[in-house]
Amino acid sequence: MITGNIDQAQGDLWITTFGAKSFEDGGILLTPRERHQALATQGVANVIPLVVAFAEWRKPGGGSSRVVVVGADAEDGGLAPWNLVQGTWEDIKAPEGIGIDRTYFSELGIGGMGATAQIAQGRVRVRALTDGVRSFTQSPYAFTTLNRARSLLGVEGERATFYLVQTEPGANPELIRDELRQRLESAEVLTKAEFRDRSLKQWLFRTGAGIALIGGALLGILVGTVIVAQTLYSSTKDHLNEFATLRALGSSSGYIHKVILTQAGLSAVFGYLLGMAIAILIVAASQGSALPIVMTPALAFGLFVLTLFMCAISALSAIVKVTKIDPATVFSR
Amino acid sequence: MKAGVQKMAAEPVLEAKDVVKELGQGAAKVVALKGVSLSLIPGELTLLMGPSGSGKTTLLSILGCILSSTSGSVEIRGVPITGLSPEELAEVRRKNLGFIFQSYNLFPTLSALENVRIALDVRGETGYPAAARAEEVLRDVGLSNRMRNYPGNLSGGEQQRVAVARAIVTSPAIVLADEPTAALDSENGHAVMALLSRIAKEQNRSVLAVTHDPRTLSYADRVIKIEDGLIVGEDRRPPGIDGPHITDLTKRRKAHA
Repeated sequence: MITGNIDQAQGDLWITTFGAKSFEDGGILLTPRERHQALATQGVANVIPLVVAFAEWRKPGGGSSRVVVVGADAEDGGLAPWNLVQGTWEDIKAPEGIGIDRTYFSELGIGGMGATAQIAQGRVRVRALTDGVRSFTQSPYAFTTLNRARSLLGVEGERATFYLVQTEPGANPELIRDELRQRLESAEVLTKAEFRDRSLKQWLFRTGAGIALIGGALLGILVGTVIVAQTLYSSTKDHLNEFATLRALGSSSGYIHKVILTQAGLSAVFGYLLGMAIAILIVAASQGSALPIVMTPALAFGLFVLTLFMCAISALSAIVKVTKIDPATVFSR
Repeated sequence: MKAGVQKMAAEPVLEAKDVVKELGQGAAKVVALKGVSLSLIPGELTLLMGPSGSGKTTLLSILGCILSSTSGSVEIRGVPITGLSPEELAEVRRKNLGFIFQSYNLFPTLSALENVRIALDVRGETGYPAAARAEEVLRDVGLSNRMRNYPGNLSGGEQQRVAVARAIVTSPAIVLADEPTAALDSENGHAVMALLSRIAKEQNRSVLAVTHDPRTLSYADRVIKIEDGLIVGEDRRPPGIDGPHITDLTKRRKAHA
């Protein structure tokens, strides 16, 4: 979701202004000079201009919101709205046309297809709808043509926020990136992976939303660990006599640790299954919302490993408690 | 079942010499054992008797490698255990000792069979052979039809027999019992003592039971009396005599001045 546009863009390299933080926050504009310099570089097949910027959306019924205007010509083969469920690119090209995701009607204060509103300096009409093209920033994407985006945002001439570079077949994008870095003194050149990584880091680690998300996750891990630790500790405390009996029978420390870690492992498995069942319900319920939750198999596996690790850490307090057991207590019951 | 052996000729499996145990520190220090020496030989059921606070349980804990003595020495099958680490002591217990506790100390969430198997599991013996061995021992103590029952569904006498089975399933040379009849009625108390006597003789094990219970005297091959941390008397059943014999401790002696 955070890098959806970068992932969908058909290009190997991104030319940005220095310090561009993310796809949505590209900073000041590039000039046609950078485009021409890039086009003159060996191995470069095409350089596609994109105009992307936050803009005010004035709702038809009053009030305003923010959108991210994405201006690109689909004919250039660089970036076009995907998952179109109503309308086509040709409809977007029609006067005042834009495409938005259908989950944002309420956010944008409109009723659906054909609704009109104002973005920054111009009037727009919703002529196409996408499905599942959500924005991490909570400002919906408004897809339109390159020139209409320039017009709405007041971009002069042929300036652009990004240039998307397509290399010739067989060319090494990293070598071309290095060559472009030499040529373009006033711009930054990043591979698709580098720009993706930068956008992710910007939103996840340098913004309040990202920090809140990560903070929430860390808090969840902490709370989960403490709860499991408390459960295991109190369970162990309740069964100290049994552990003392095991010690008296000659069990090694390793055997006792194995017993406690097995309990922790069972807690992890049952807790994970319960948590995952709830998570799947939430994931399903969030699919129609503006902020859908994604659960991939790799993420599910990673969470299982994390849960096992959390429970193993949680077992430490119980292990420490058992380590202090005096087996002589078996004779004092 | 093996035949009994000539006890007097056997080598001791456990030998304690001049065992002293101090508990607490400073003004609260108590000398629980003041120099105790004894040995246990295979095929004998020995009773350790004495009033509360005489040091019986402390001595049992030291002989069972659960407590360390302050001074003196203990050897199990010729191997000194003095100075061993807790892990090494656990290994000695695992390989040589079986325990029977006053309150049975069974695991309430495990069946009788599982309670016996756990002693084998602790030794790393698992799977079908362990299960078969546990079943065999439970049958031997008369619980063939109670193997799947949980402790909560067993009588006190049955629970103690499960505890006996758990103590002997690993074939230890020494079985230590702490007040094995204290929680049992007369009938079950006699049954458990008869079982311990049989284990000593037929399986050639050395059984030491700490007890207050005079009903147990008739099953003993030897009775040791302890008072104030000292062994003050010992009586032994004469060879060749079966049935109740020891009724009084006539050969009193002071072990240490």
